[in-house]
Amino acid sequence: MTDSHLSPPVGAQPETPPTSRFSGVLREITTGNAVISVLAVVLALVVGGILIALTDPGVKAASGYFFSRPADTLQAIWTSVSGAYVALFQGSIYNFGRPDFATGIKPFTETLSFATPLIAAGLGVALAFRVGLFNIGGRGQMLIAAAAAGWVGYSFDIPFPLHLIVALLAGIAGGALWGGIVGLLKARTGAHEVIVTIMLNYVAYYLIAYLLRTPGLLQAKGSSNPKSPAMKTSAIFPDLFGPNYNITIGFLLVIVATVFVWYLLNRSSLGFKFRAIGENPHAARVAGIDVKNMYVYAMLLSGGLIGLAGANQVQASITTGFGSGIDAGIGFDAITVALLGRSKPWGVFVAGILFGAFKAGGFTMQASQGVPIEIVLVVQSLIVLFIAAPPLVRAVFRLPAPSTVPRTRPSKISGRKAVVTK
Amino acid sequence: MTTVTGNQSVPSSAPIVLETAAVKNWKAPVALGFFAILALLLFGIFGRSGTSTFRLSTDTDFFQIPVIPVDARPASLVTSVVLVLIAAWVTTLVRRARRVPLWVIAVFAVLFLFTFLVWASAGLRSIPVAGLLVGAVGLSVPLIFGALGGVISERVGVVNVAIEGQLLAGAFVSALVASATRVPLLGLLAAMVAGMLVSFVLAAFSIKYFVDQVIVGVVLNVLVIGLTSFLYSTLLSPNQATLNSPERFQRINIPVLSEIPIIGPTLFRQTVIVYIMYVAVVVIWYSLFHTKWGLRLRSSGEHPQAADTVGINVNRTRFWNVSLAGAIAGFGGAYFTLGSVGGFSKEMTAGAGFIALAAVIFGRWDPIRATLAALLFGFATNLQSVLSTIGSPVPSEFMLMLPYVITIFAVAGLVGSVRGPAASGKPYVKG
Repeated sequence: MTDSHLSPPVGAQPETPPTSRFSGVLREITTGNAVISVLAVVLALVVGGILIALTDPGVKAASGYFFSRPADTLQAIWTSVSGAYVALFQGSIYNFGRPDFATGIKPFTETLSFATPLIAAGLGVALAFRVGLFNIGGRGQMLIAAAAAGWVGYSFDIPFPLHLIVALLAGIAGGALWGGIVGLLKARTGAHEVIVTIMLNYVAYYLIAYLLRTPGLLQAKGSSNPKSPAMKTSAIFPDLFGPNYNITIGFLLVIVATVFVWYLLNRSSLGFKFRAIGENPHAARVAGIDVKNMYVYAMLLSGGLIGLAGANQVQASITTGFGSGIDAGIGFDAITVALLGRSKPWGVFVAGILFGAFKAGGFTMQASQGVPIEIVLVVQSLIVLFIAAPPLVRAVFRLPAPSTVPRTRPSKISGRKAVVTK
Repeated sequence: MTTVTGNQSVPSSAPIVLETAAVKNWKAPVALGFFAILALLLFGIFGRSGTSTFRLSTDTDFFQIPVIPVDARPASLVTSVVLVLIAAWVTTLVRRARRVPLWVIAVFAVLFLFTFLVWASAGLRSIPVAGLLVGAVGLSVPLIFGALGGVISERVGVVNVAIEGQLLAGAFVSALVASATRVPLLGLLAAMVAGMLVSFVLAAFSIKYFVDQVIVGVVLNVLVIGLTSFLYSTLLSPNQATLNSPERFQRINIPVLSEIPIIGPTLFRQTVIVYIMYVAVVVIWYSLFHTKWGLRLRSSGEHPQAADTVGINVNRTRFWNVSLAGAIAGFGGAYFTLGSVGGFSKEMTAGAGFIALAAVIFGRWDPIRATLAALLFGFATNLQSVLSTIGSPVPSEFMLMLPYVITIFAVAGLVGSVRGPAASGKPYVKG
């Protein structure tokens, strides 16, 4: 079962009509994955633009007299859509309104800081995907991790680098624990990981909510808010480029995590076993791989990576004490990040930065243009949908199919195998 | 024949031991034992003293049942001892490699619940049993519709993670249409169309473009959350009076049935959506297992190649049944706005679709069992709010956690490794 529908049957290749080198290269470019990805982003932005224009009050007012002065409507559409997307860009990449590069680039560091937990959690979800596990439990794992890292971070007096490391490890361990429960239940009792992760999300949420509102547990002393005390400075991630930029060493940690997952999946024996199980657990078992233990290891690692995101939340993003919403929906966003990155470590890295940019820019767009930030969710989900279905994108942009030969019906021998066997 | 006689001569040297498939599954006794000992320690031995009272009828009932007072300590002790006995009996059943009947577990659960309620309400105000059940049904309605949609979709071979999106789309569109037209029934129809549209995307991407169904489902949820929240902020929120104030359905009392104590108020004093739900559960169960449509649907999900061989158009069957599933889930979404709350608010389904998905798997892809699982979730959620109003000592967070913990235990201990429709989640490529 290789991608037989993507590549032409071997026997058909000699029949390829000779084409000029230029058109061959052009064809290669227009049908490649990168182009599909870019076009998917463009398509999603177009749909988002249509939504923005449709709901813009200026457009609505101008469309009332569309037939007497149609240019007004077009003008209003252009103003609303370009205004929104310029704000999105200026909030996420580079602000041209600033005098110099040092302040102009600040939005991009915002993007990276938003991207940090997204990448970490996305790696966790992606790792589980590669083993054939669907980890929807990012929220719970992040909450437990944030609580563990936060508790270590505010309650102990340890000198600077050590405190940071201990808190970080506590967070990773918390996430790994919460993920490991899932792996253990799946391995020992066969419980469906989708149900268990969903349920553990709620358990973690209510557990943390209880701990935060009960005096003597996680609640800050002398406060009646369900919020923890502020982190000690020795446990906070130091800034990478000084206090002007919001980017911390958390981003470096995420790069390390990406390299780690890449090495794990592509170079290590454990990763090979993971991928073998992800491809076909029955075959992996026959080949002598201990599938059950691998489920536990995979969920431990997945939870640990998501735990890194949770620790980053309390050690870098919100250091003034956390509430029960500390996960900020990243656990779910991570699923889309992992999907967009096609569950490959560097793919997740890039997807995380893209989504981080949308998040950073979305807030600017909402503040300056009054376009609700939810449009970002729409655009993000459309991107993933379009990227997942290259034929659709090709049809929209009238691109040729990837095979250089005219599409032939697969013969009986080389024909595609139906995916129906158990 | 010769080989058979040849074999029969062998046992003289090595007697054949007939292998019996004695599968001893120790999950049930372990789980029951845990809960029984928990009940004995927590509720029985270290229990609270005082009187617990159960109010079985509402003030408007035709037949009034007197309030039942129970002395908490002795009652808890007695029931928890019974729980321990049941657990012990189940253990002996498993040791003798006998099946544990489902009713034993049901009786255990009800007794455990009773013990818990006696303990939790000791010395406090009385527990309104009818109110508890009415609220439970109300909270379960969207879950049940969502689960029914999930069952149909998965049975036909398409994993439906997009239940949340279908519910939310239904809730949004029903509020919008019902407010704009001032006709709640049109809102219901529009909700079905909205759920169906979400399903169209799911079906198109998974059947035509062979995109992983779980991926499409997850992404669709995000898309619908984004779309509805965006439109809520730009459209509904500024025009709250004209676009987001739908008329709610009124409760209809079924003449005689609604006067039956406990059952009457629970089941027969509900809105029209709930009555349609009763019909839907029965009709879907019957059609799924006793009609040609159901057979075709299930065969497309179990063995599409075989279904294709006998002339069923697998992909068309899948497409239209996934759309039907979306319509059902969308209908359930309308309950959020037209049945209970009134107006739409951002992300108002709050994960109900995921709970419905859990109910589908918990209910082993069976409409009736999935409905019962959804009722369990609704009941546990409502139990929490009832207990916190009577001032129970249990922190409300732990009560809220309970349904989820029970589900984990149930999935790990009682349901265990469940097997869904064989070809669910796999695209069918006619080869």
